[in-house]
Amino acid sequence: MTAERKEFRWIGKRPVRPDGVDKVTGRAQFSADFNMPGQLIGKVLRSPHAHARIKSIDTSKAKALAGVKAVITGADFPSLPDEWVGAGRVEGNFKYFSENIIARDKVLYEGHTVAAVAAVSAAIAEEALSLIKVDYEVLPHVIDPVEAMAPDAPLLHEKMITRGMKTPPTKPSNVAKWAEFLMGDPVEGFKKADVIVERSYTTKAVHQGYIEPHAVAASTSADGQTVVWCSSQGQYQVRTWVSKIVGLPLSSIRVIPAEIGGGFGGKLIPYLEPLAVRMSRLTNRPVKITMSREDVFRATGPTSGAAMKIKVGATKDGKIVAAEGEFIFQAGAYPGSPFMNGLMCSFAPYAIPNVRTWGYDVVTNRPKAAAYRAPGSPIAAYAVESALDELAKKLNIHPVDLRLKNAIVEGTPSYFGPKFGSVGFVETLEALKKHPNYNIPLGPNQGRGFASGFWFNGGGESCATVNINDDGTASVIEGNPDIGGSRASMAIMAAEVLGIDYDKVRPIVGDTASLGFNHVTGGSRVTFATGMAVVRAAEDAVREMKERAAMLWDISPDAVTWEDGFARPAGDNAGKHEPLSLKQIAGQAAKTGGPICGHASLNAQAPGPGLGSHMVDVEVDPETGHVKILRYTASQDVGRAIHPSYVEGQMQGGVAQGIGWALNEEYIYDKNGRLENPGFLDYRMPVCSDLPFIDTIMIEKPVPSHPFGVRGVGEVPIVPPMAAVANAIHSAIGKRLTSLPMSPPKVRAAIDGDA
Amino acid sequence: MAHVVLPQVIVDRFTTGVAEVEVDAKNVRGLMKALDERYPGIAAVLEDEMAIAMNGSIYHDAYLEAVGADTEVYFIPRIGGGR
Amino acid sequence: MSKHHVTATINGEPTEFLCETSQSLLDVLRDELELTGSKEGCTSGDCGACSVMLDGRLVCSCLVLGVEASGRTVDTIEGMAQGADLHPLQRHFLEGAALQCGICTPGFLIAARALLERTPDPTETEIRYWLAGNLCRCTGYDKIVRAVMDAAAEMRGAR
Repeated sequence: MTAERKEFRWIGKRPVRPDGVDKVTGRAQFSADFNMPGQLIGKVLRSPHAHARIKSIDTSKAKALAGVKAVITGADFPSLPDEWVGAGRVEGNFKYFSENIIARDKVLYEGHTVAAVAAVSAAIAEEALSLIKVDYEVLPHVIDPVEAMAPDAPLLHEKMITRGMKTPPTKPSNVAKWAEFLMGDPVEGFKKADVIVERSYTTKAVHQGYIEPHAVAASTSADGQTVVWCSSQGQYQVRTWVSKIVGLPLSSIRVIPAEIGGGFGGKLIPYLEPLAVRMSRLTNRPVKITMSREDVFRATGPTSGAAMKIKVGATKDGKIVAAEGEFIFQAGAYPGSPFMNGLMCSFAPYAIPNVRTWGYDVVTNRPKAAAYRAPGSPIAAYAVESALDELAKKLNIHPVDLRLKNAIVEGTPSYFGPKFGSVGFVETLEALKKHPNYNIPLGPNQGRGFASGFWFNGGGESCATVNINDDGTASVIEGNPDIGGSRASMAIMAAEVLGIDYDKVRPIVGDTASLGFNHVTGGSRVTFATGMAVVRAAEDAVREMKERAAMLWDISPDAVTWEDGFARPAGDNAGKHEPLSLKQIAGQAAKTGGPICGHASLNAQAPGPGLGSHMVDVEVDPETGHVKILRYTASQDVGRAIHPSYVEGQMQGGVAQGIGWALNEEYIYDKNGRLENPGFLDYRMPVCSDLPFIDTIMIEKPVPSHPFGVRGVGEVPIVPPMAAVANAIHSAIGKRLTSLPMSPPKVRAAIDGDA
Repeated sequence: MAHVVLPQVIVDRFTTGVAEVEVDAKNVRGLMKALDERYPGIAAVLEDEMAIAMNGSIYHDAYLEAVGADTEVYFIPRIGGGR
Repeated sequence: MSKHHVTATINGEPTEFLCETSQSLLDVLRDELELTGSKEGCTSGDCGACSVMLDGRLVCSCLVLGVEASGRTVDTIEGMAQGADLHPLQRHFLEGAALQCGICTPGFLIAARALLERTPDPTETEIRYWLAGNLCRCTGYDKIVRAVMDAAAEMRGAR
């Protein structure tokens, strides 16, 4: 089985997903759909202040209210050491994680959890919240990352010393970390440039915007065993966090994954689970907590807002000779913005001899940033890809040709160290040039924009079991929540290896007790890494079935081949025995050695990086500044499309999110640091009438490390859209918008010359 | 001998200016051991904070991965969602 | 405070339930009747995940009180398929991969059926504006619009 194999029976087909019927009939159980007999309803008290010291919390009245069974505060959780724990399964600073879940001595953003209540009804729990008396000393706050870097800015963490500097600063600041990448000598490089573009850009924090709010049900029994039902991007991750934050043995916790109603990175980390588990242990009853949409906006996600300065220089022939970028990323209340990814992804698509990127991870009084689809890369790409468009215009070179002249290919050294492996970047650009949309004439006030994007893609730990059933079918157990059709790709890959029909393979997503550890559903890793585990597990089952057939035929297992679901004698024995089907072998399993189960566990390495190039046409209304998306074309190297419909879906969905980021989405804070738009009416995500059909071009350049050549596809598509739209707006009105979102007032101001 | 290129933050902390070293190792585990013998404490930091890149591919937590005789080995920050 | 005793026809079945004055129809469906196919995304009528039909009219069930259902008919996602026979919209959503995570899907299906009942041959633009009250964050709407067009064509016998 290699990536070179051309003819597939199931790979590349578009069958109906195994969990589909449940999801179109309302039967699928998402996190808030679980209810248990005797369950209590939990509610969370959140800080009304952006920054305040908690002087005292009086819960006595709340505890005395009839029907209230538990009231908890930060004091009910263990203090964890202030240290970086790495790497792999458990990575990060659990003191910060814990204090973000429930505040201790200070609240650091509006919406920060201060206390939680479990009561016999939602109404009583709500009433109890109103009886908790918190005495706050309100402190000055800071929302903007650049303002947070000022010497006199209010400090969120009074002792925080910037990490990553050769000589650590002596004074604390809001800069959690500094980093730099350098290749060549940019100062000398710029001296060779005929044309230089230098410009500043800003982006706003945006929320992942999943439609399903966070919810959990937790139940602890008298023997201390805890079961948690919740939707997340990783049940094993939830187990680890609950164990560490509540202070329980890992083995006492079982996490059962519910169907997940969208995540995009925002459900990689738990918020409610430790609270529900703590209260369930106090009461010995099940506790269910559901977030409201307002809670989701005020207390979860988003990705960082940023301030960036880009400088790029090229010779007259369009060769980029030097590039520099400064990236200030807002982390929210605790360290950990994706600025490092931004530093590495920004100029990654281009072969540039002299590059320097540097950046700052800055804490501010807003929710702790969470991962959002290719974390960091879209932010950086907005700046870099806008600058490249400007460079192309100055050089009088078509923006696609400028990218082609500088595109990375296999063997190009990156400025962060290693050389690139197999990448299909050039192909994505050439495909755009061949697409019919490339030559459609534009009307008045219309413009066409281009941009590209890079993402590393992920691998990591996965395991899978393939059970062969006696009726000739197979069950696949995998450990990654299915967030967008991954059960279908797992079933396709298993069917391909086993040689049986797709509908004879039934995949399930197991709980933490049914399989060994699996890393999260994120980083575009599932079809690659978990897919690899499923393929290896199916191969293990095939190996076992060949051995069973060899036993029945009294020949060596080496003399058995597996083809289209049949064991066949090979070599000297060819034709001497009737082939045995998977069903026939499964039917005799009891006699030949017992159940046939394939298993594989692995740490998938060497994922192929993803690259995409986008082209968008817009029309700007000069009266209102409204930008309409006329057509959109996304081209991407997808490695191998296992289920092409869901690959297209990832591309279309990423583009739509990117268009929202480009045109509308932002957090609006008042002068007290309170969020003014915590709902879908005012936090305006794209709706159906905002968008056209989104055309996709899938380029298949298989990744050598995966048996079928799979390349992660879910994240790259959100990287180019913001710059592509900005570049299209420039093409339409001749003005360059350097601040997201490019909302009607800003576009109007640009037309009027105020920008 | 594998040719190992160390990032500046590691050079500043452990190697007093040495950014490129030759190491004889069969796999990543051996590479880490050899580096740690030369620069005590370096392996723990590399393993906690860094991914390893060889031959155009990126590896995380990969003791078993073979290191070829003339391989260029780079360390880059671990790719994550921002923590 | 005593609860209200409400009688309504839900998915064709005569149904009785008790509810508080403050409970929305969505709360009643999910918490009292265990019909959890209607989803709660916002409770402010912005996301459409809780879409149901009330006396044949498309509503967000989070914006209707449970007591308002008294004597009326309510149709939810649970009543859309006839036994094992999926509605053409359900089938085309599956065949066209018009769902990724699936949380918005029940709302889209209810809303799309309401459209096709009054407009059997909608244009792309009509579909896009009719469905503008339903949020999907996964798909970019492309495959949803196509699935609705395909189902409409099948239902009016055009293919």
